[in-house]
Amino acid sequence: MSDARPQLARLANGKAVAYDTLPVLAAEDFRDAILGGVAAHQRVSALFGTASPVPGAVRLHVVLADDERNRLFAAATDVTGSEFASLTPACPQVHLFEREIAEQFGLRPVGHPWLKPVRYCRAWTGRDAWNRPADQPILPAVGDFYRVEGEQVHEVAVGPVHAGVIEPGHFRFQCHGEQVFHLEIALGYQHRGVEQALIGGPGARTLHVTETLAGDATVAHATTYSQVTEALAGCRTSPRAQALRAVALELERLANHIGDLGALAGDVGFLPTASFCGRIRGDFLNMTALLCGSRFGRGLVRPGGVGFDVDAGRLAELGRRLDAGLKDATVAIQLLWSTQSVMARFEEVGHLPRQVAADLGIVGPAARASGLERDIRHDQPSGMYCFSHAPVSTCEAGDVFSRAYVRWMEIQYAVAFIRNQLRSLPTGAPQAPIPALAPNHFAVALNEGWRGEVCHVAITDAQGRFSRYKVVDPSFHNWPGLAYALRNQEISDFPICNKSFNLSYCGHDL
Amino acid sequence: MIHLIIHLAVLLILPPLLLGVIVKTKAWFAGRVGAPLLQPYYDIFKLMRRSLVLSTTTTWIFRAAPLVTVSTALLAGLLIPIGGGGAPLTFAGDLIFFAYLFGLARFFTASAALDTGSAFEGMGAAREVTFACLSEPALFFALLVLAKVSGSLSLTGMLLGTTGAGAAHATAPLVLISIGLFIVLLAETCRIPVDDPTTHLELTMIHEAMVLDHSGPLFGLILYGAAVKLLVLGTVLLRVVAPFTFGRAWLDWPLYLVEILGLAAVIGVVESIMARLQMRHVPYLLVGALLFCGFGFILLIR
Repeated sequence: MSDARPQLARLANGKAVAYDTLPVLAAEDFRDAILGGVAAHQRVSALFGTASPVPGAVRLHVVLADDERNRLFAAATDVTGSEFASLTPACPQVHLFEREIAEQFGLRPVGHPWLKPVRYCRAWTGRDAWNRPADQPILPAVGDFYRVEGEQVHEVAVGPVHAGVIEPGHFRFQCHGEQVFHLEIALGYQHRGVEQALIGGPGARTLHVTETLAGDATVAHATTYSQVTEALAGCRTSPRAQALRAVALELERLANHIGDLGALAGDVGFLPTASFCGRIRGDFLNMTALLCGSRFGRGLVRPGGVGFDVDAGRLAELGRRLDAGLKDATVAIQLLWSTQSVMARFEEVGHLPRQVAADLGIVGPAARASGLERDIRHDQPSGMYCFSHAPVSTCEAGDVFSRAYVRWMEIQYAVAFIRNQLRSLPTGAPQAPIPALAPNHFAVALNEGWRGEVCHVAITDAQGRFSRYKVVDPSFHNWPGLAYALRNQEISDFPICNKSFNLSYCGHDL
Repeated sequence: MIHLIIHLAVLLILPPLLLGVIVKTKAWFAGRVGAPLLQPYYDIFKLMRRSLVLSTTTTWIFRAAPLVTVSTALLAGLLIPIGGGGAPLTFAGDLIFFAYLFGLARFFTASAALDTGSAFEGMGAAREVTFACLSEPALFFALLVLAKVSGSLSLTGMLLGTTGAGAAHATAPLVLISIGLFIVLLAETCRIPVDDPTTHLELTMIHEAMVLDHSGPLFGLILYGAAVKLLVLGTVLLRVVAPFTFGRAWLDWPLYLVEILGLAAVIGVVESIMARLQMRHVPYLLVGALLFCGFGFILLIR
């Protein structure tokens, strides 16, 4: 499997190509391209359907990421009829993508081992893969779940309404006493129809829709969206804007990682770290607010650059707060590693083996905790990450402790990265004018958000408007990883396993 | 007579303050101001004024359980000496009665949990009775040690008689059962490291899971009953750890108040400096308590 495979279009992160250059393969070649790519350690970053120029057909697109050689590949195929051969038995990481295609376009992936809806919404084409009646509402999580039969097996259903203030999701456990045999996760309660709302854009609301794809990853999604539009418009952002985006992205990572470590401590009843991290997370959110006035970075990243420049006074203030924040966070987090009762809860719980993580296509800190060196900042850098590198933090064990410790390492590297940027912030206009988008183009942008790879793919029509805008949140890759990590664990350990992944419901549900 | 009135007043009024002290201690460790010391009283009064929501699947057992919990805890409080003087209610062998009052409360709470038919409550009940199988024998061994040391079979005699002549050789067993009783106290009153009374995560709960469906006055009774249980078991532990009295009521009662509030603060410290145990490790801790109390007994009768 060399990259000399002629049938795939070669792309780069944040670059657009003419849509014609995307090869439309026969179904068999398309299948071979994906399986061959995955066999050569590539990942399926996106696999999605769209309307085809061929009447009555659906066109499937795939974006493969070759992390080892910093390359992206894309291809398409036309599917006529109402079904196609499922790739899932040979390549588990596409299983949710195929369920999504089945749901959105009514195409049945034949041979899919667990074909259920992803978000419980109506098909875009009017053709339903499950032949559900059109006059009855489709309710989330209604339908059959995987069941384990047996005298002493019992079923525990959790959610969609949870005791904490979190998003809705349904978890179905098959348990034997305290031991979990199987966990099935049903989401879709947060489905807002984002991908359909983005078609025909960019418009006045597009940026705001992308900012709220997953509210805690505003900067990651807004940056990725901006890079897609800039690629399609041929717009060059200033180094200063790129540096500020990277600073905001790392601040977002810091706030969320620190919040996660505090929440993990809270779930095992360890009060000091839980309380302090809750406060320190707020300090880091306020640093983002110092840049743009919004604690979540709303309005900071805009196509063409950033919405707010920063002056010397605020730079100095940011540096001061960063130092103070890291000092506090170090004290609070070191307490976790030095308290034996906490470590006893974190270690050897929620194990996700390296090979399983690779097969499921896990991304972000969860993948790195299982020993996979996957980091878009390192593998497919864009913007400021091309010039300034953040080390990839990995652990080997793949348990809750590893996922927590990877976060701690990333916290330290993120602070160092921001300090570097603040010391030598490039000059330049914060924002460049953004021309009209190129018609009939295809663009991919990837960013390493705090949860992992954020992937946006845009295809423009003849007028330079989005004819398809595909969003893949890292949660979409990682929810199956959580379900796997729960196997043979104790059900009382579910909360810390869940928190160690801390996935987004609305990022998945779109 | 005055002693009886003070005994009743302390038993009825003081318990929620212990919860307030624990919460305050934990808040101090977390760097927060924390809720007012009297917050548990406000909470209980608030719940008492609320209306009741009852699941249609439940029967009278569900409503009876909180009443049984509170009444058994108060009855147990009448069997033990508080603040130097004797207990209002005492008879030979009342230690068995004392231990099984808690057993009765547990039976009703677990039955009420099963009554709801909820998966969470079933899990909570299963965990509670499993762990009770280990903490109950520990309590019995502790009581046996006390009976042997004091030569009495009533709680008043046992708890007030550990300072007399002949108790000196019993120091080692008493130290052992103090450790065992402290662990039993933490387990029975659902504190960290066994249970986390403040968690909102149903899957990790033990006692809290069993009372998820209780609301309003019934839940207020459960909170109050849990506080009384903490006071009763805490008092038993204090009589073993610090069996000193001045012999004058006006000094003994303040001493008792300081001791019991200090114990609450110690529980708050324990809750602050360690995480909960993994559920499957809880039995190890309870078996540890059982061994402490058991060895105390063996040491005494060898």
